[in-house]
Amino acid sequence: MITLTINGKEIQVPKGTMVLDACQQAGADIPTLCYDPDLRLAGSCRMCVVEAKGRPNLMAACVSPAENGMVIETESPDVVESRKIILELLLARHKLECHTCERDGSCKLQDYCYRYGVTDSRYLNEMPHFSKEDPNPFIKRDYDKCIMCTKCVRVCEEITGAQAINVEDRGHHAKISTVFDGKLADSTCVFCGQCVMVCPVGALTSKVSAGKGRSYQTQSVLTTCTYCGTGCTFELNVKDDHVVGVTSVRDSELSPVNKGALCVKGRFGWDFIESEDRLTTPLIKENGELRPASWDEALDFAANKIKEIKAKNGPDALALFSSARATNEENYLAQKLFRAAIGTNNVDHCARL
Amino acid sequence: MAEEMRVLLEYADKINPEIADEYVKIGGYVGLEKARKMDPNDLIQEVRSSGLRGRGGAGFNAGMKWSFVPKNAEIKYVVCNLDEGEPGTYKDRIICEKNAQALLEGMAICGAAIDSNQGYIYCRGEYPFIVKLLKNAIKSAKELGALGDFNIEVRMGAGAYVCGEETALIESIEGHRGEPRFKPPFPGVAGLWGVPTVVNNVETFACLPSILTNGAAWFAGIGAAKYPGTKVLTLTGDTNNPTYFEVPTDYILRDVIYKLGGGVKGGKKLKAVQVGGTSGAFIPESNLDTPIDFDSMGAIGAALGSGAVFVMDETRDIVDIVSRISKFFEHESCGKCNPCREGTFRCREIMEKINSGKATQKDIDNILLLSRVMKKAALCGLGQAAPIPIESTIKHFADEYARKIV
Ligand SMILES: Cc1cc2nc3c(=O)[nH]c(=O)nc-3n(C[C@H](O)[C@H](O)[C@H](O)COP(=O)(O)O)c2cc1C
Ligand code: SF4
Ligand code: SF4
Ligand code: SF4
Ligand code: SF4
Ligand code: FES
Repeated sequence: MITLTINGKEIQVPKGTMVLDACQQAGADIPTLCYDPDLRLAGSCRMCVVEAKGRPNLMAACVSPAENGMVIETESPDVVESRKIILELLLARHKLECHTCERDGSCKLQDYCYRYGVTDSRYLNEMPHFSKEDPNPFIKRDYDKCIMCTKCVRVCEEITGAQAINVEDRGHHAKISTVFDGKLADSTCVFCGQCVMVCPVGALTSKVSAGKGRSYQTQSVLTTCTYCGTGCTFELNVKDDHVVGVTSVRDSELSPVNKGALCVKGRFGWDFIESEDRLTTPLIKENGELRPASWDEALDFAANKIKEIKAKNGPDALALFSSARATNEENYLAQKLFRAAIGTNNVDHCARL
Repeated sequence: MAEEMRVLLEYADKINPEIADEYVKIGGYVGLEKARKMDPNDLIQEVRSSGLRGRGGAGFNAGMKWSFVPKNAEIKYVVCNLDEGEPGTYKDRIICEKNAQALLEGMAICGAAIDSNQGYIYCRGEYPFIVKLLKNAIKSAKELGALGDFNIEVRMGAGAYVCGEETALIESIEGHRGEPRFKPPFPGVAGLWGVPTVVNNVETFACLPSILTNGAAWFAGIGAAKYPGTKVLTLTGDTNNPTYFEVPTDYILRDVIYKLGGGVKGGKKLKAVQVGGTSGAFIPESNLDTPIDFDSMGAIGAALGSGAVFVMDETRDIVDIVSRISKFFEHESCGKCNPCREGTFRCREIMEKINSGKATQKDIDNILLLSRVMKKAALCGLGQAAPIPIESTIKHFADEYARKIV
């Protein structure tokens, strides 16, 4: 254990603890923009700077290991001045339109400007433009609101494994881009939306949820995705009894299977919920026509047909194709039913195709 | 040129740097032989006690840097920084052109000290002819057996100033974007491909053969006590003698300009001198009697840096020069961290505004505030040093700014 002093309070932490964590343990709330506990450290936004006694420069708390005897101030005049100027510099390149922004109320830039009373930027002059139209049905890329935290790049590489995006060019021309600055659809992007999940501002947002309600207008309902047997946890965003979006739950206690990661279907494919075409009862085909039936009736119908075929043509006249939308356990039971109860090995699964 | 003291450049133009044999004839590779017979700890101690400090800008004791390399690591690398991106600096090119074998020998000495048999030289993209020279020099040394089992590969940069920063350099060798890493971990612990790596400047390596041959005490006795040895300087700007010199490190800046440089061109008066490259402070006439060594320069708020000496005569427009410098940094910022990516951009805007006579005192206040934050909060030395020319000129040449603001 090492001992350090944070805002006058002495605390003990295990060796190897980062200053950021030590500060949090000491009750100091450090603003962060590029830090994400699940991603490789970047140390680039410099919002988390703190003052360590005896050091000429401020240190970025997220990438600095705590050392024995350190004396740290987390809101000293120098620290506050630096954070304010960093916010002003970001505002000077930002398309500030909170009134129509999807992230109004859940935006780190907005929150920190509020916290440090940054209303305006003294560096406002030439306004660079990074925005681009990306014709895809899922993700809006508005880089005029990008703060270059590179979380999207890191999550795409490290969690999704797609490596669809990276930083292009340098200096203040640097921007997030696909290879050759093309469309997401022409890249290796799989539209998982992990980048939207980690974006701390309104630079990456869901087109599917656009205009349907901001975080403070919706209620979050924790549930499990029904698309496949993986069983990812997510939150349905509900407004006036309608689902208007899906957001991730990154807490591994609540979301042990996927820790917030989703695929394109789970994150963007929830419009089926209120679809006219959605089946609400089983259907039985009679004389070439489908008619609604009850579950009991449908199951009896299927069981009788199976028995009939087996009696007439033997068990190998039957085959089972099961679905990845069912869980492993359900798939196990289904094949067991066919192998043990019906007596055929004609078993296959859509995930194998 | 009686005042120069040539150690690294003693045989300049007398031997062919590409031919190892010629270097051996003037006593080359004796230091390496000696180093190989020493216990690595003693070797590191020897280099440490010579007082040799990094010639790339940060002035860190070379032996001390090597001592941080973990002994038990299986693979380690020796990397030579030949990025030489600092405008007005070409001393590493001169060292290669005049005495490349000393650089190779120095790298192999470092290899013996840290138990590494692989070296890389990262060469500035604008020096393709040096790449060729070095490859021939390495081939010749290998053929002669002078380097033993120590191998050296040459890698080429692509013209980014920031790739002279040691961790950006490492990223670049690895094939990534040239962006600095945060430190710690320092390269000595986790460098190239994640393994312990010593990064030293060309001149630092080139000092090693003579230290081994003549002994640490000999080297420690040359020049300034705390930054001993000689330093290769490159003199540019309004000087009568724009060339390179090798001087002991206690040499006075005034003598560089007036004795070696033959004074200011056209008999004009001196206005300012910038030492150490573009990020150096502007030094006024009143500070000229300062020795060029690292600590003396630091004491007047300047830096020896790469050893570039840029002379400006009385007719030069300081604000104009600084606004051009701010454009350089805007162009060279890698874009990784907020204070530098946005800060160098806004510094250039404000400097151009001042230069065009449209700025007010408020703009000066804003740029000073921005400078302070960049120095304190930027990720790497580029962003931290970019505002130094601005700050130092607002301090020492306030009247030049006052003339331009409304
Ligand atoms: C922006 C920037 C550019 C640099 N450029 C160079 C360079 O061109 N050559 C060099 O030797 N060191 C350069 N350095 C310093 C290196 O990071 C490093 O300190 C040096 O290579 C270590 O070698 P030394 O201890 O022998 O000086 C630069 C540093 C910064 C921050
Ligand atoms: S990203 Fe944040 S600061 Fe920017 S417009 Fe949206 S809510 Fe406002
Ligand atoms: S949607 Fe997924 S794959 Fe596409 S860029 Fe974002 S993180 Fe990468
Ligand atoms: S798009 Fe969002 S996540 Fe990506 S760098 Fe910009 S602000 Fe960060
Ligand atoms: S200070 Fe400048 S060059 Fe260094 S990491 Fe930051 S943006 Fe890149
Ligand atoms: S949160 Fe620490 S540098 Fe970005």
